[in-house]
Amino acid sequence: MAEEKKTITSVFINGLIKENPTFVQLLGMCPTLAVTTSLQNGLGMGLSATAVLICSNMLVSILRKIIPDKVRIAAYIVIIATFVTIIQMCLNAFLPDLASSLGLFIPLIVVNCIILARAEAFASKNNPILSAVDGLGMGLGFTGALCIISAIREFLGAGTIWGIELYGTHIAPATIMIMAPGGFIVLGLLVGTINFIVSKRKGDK
Amino acid sequence: MVLEIVSIILSALLTENFVMVKFYGICPFLGVSKKVETALGMGMAVTFVMALASAFTWIVNKFLLIPFDLVYLQTIVFILIIAGLVQFVEMFMKKSMPSLYSALGIYLPLITTNCAVLGVTLLNVQNYPDSFIYSLLYGVFAALGFTLAIVLMAGIRENLDEERVPESFRGFPITLISAGLMAIAFMGFSGFSI
Repeated sequence: MAEEKKTITSVFINGLIKENPTFVQLLGMCPTLAVTTSLQNGLGMGLSATAVLICSNMLVSILRKIIPDKVRIAAYIVIIATFVTIIQMCLNAFLPDLASSLGLFIPLIVVNCIILARAEAFASKNNPILSAVDGLGMGLGFTGALCIISAIREFLGAGTIWGIELYGTHIAPATIMIMAPGGFIVLGLLVGTINFIVSKRKGDK
Repeated sequence: MVLEIVSIILSALLTENFVMVKFYGICPFLGVSKKVETALGMGMAVTFVMALASAFTWIVNKFLLIPFDLVYLQTIVFILIIAGLVQFVEMFMKKSMPSLYSALGIYLPLITTNCAVLGVTLLNVQNYPDSFIYSLLYGVFAALGFTLAIVLMAGIRENLDEERVPESFRGFPITLISAGLMAIAFMGFSGFSI
């Protein structure tokens, strides 16, 4: 890995697909399960986390030679918490509906393991531009995963996508899918299916 | 007063169980639930930290953040308190309770990034800004609810190991699906209120 030259595209694709934080690395499960009750919430959460990830990755990378090794985790947490607070204020000011439906999970972006993991594993070792690209790739990978999960759950559980009625009142939607159990089951089936596809493709080669 | 206390205990433990209903602390719930013993250890460590964190953050919020009009710093201050507490608990246990420390050792640093801990402190300042007792009670029983869920899950997973699960569903996916079924069972408590 170390010898492999890191280009902007390879870093970006790596975050988006190869090491997708949700489906491959299985990080950041709390928001993944909690906010994916509708596509709007999923997208909002994903983009907020992406913004925090890009900013924190960049700042950590800029400061990587100044922060002493012993207190680096604490320093990263403070940097991340600062950006989360900024995002929280922006959401409250400009998108109050989204802010109230995401609720406590906006401040909880601080303890989202994806962000701390990228700061530790990538940003502390690479230059600011690559780190920002890594943040963008990972963030969009996370956002994409959230969108897939939330679209499935919203479709099955509320009969809508992006709030647009799809199958009307003819079939009663399975409300359980937008409640807690639906989150666990949809994610379980999705990860299982991805494992199945990956193992099939490996078998073909 | 008594009624309110009972209803806090019931909702924190069962009807609004942190893991099964509110989705806080999923990472350790999935990561450290392979064996009942370690799950119990993790649960105990989390309970300890959550009780301390509830108490400390309430005091800081009431006597520092609110009087000086710094409420917007809540998230930053609380996560620092939690990280400090975890470090402190680790050092304290190492010195005075070495047997418990070696049992919980590896789980202690993980607690900082357990969103149940930050979650409970933020919920407390929202719901019970004026009552220290209620905050502490909610913190302790929410943590016990977390322990209950993680120990139950560990019990299921110990048995799952011997089942013939389809290859690609081994491990993480089947755990999630079992957790989903458990969450359905926890929904049964939802009508329960005083």
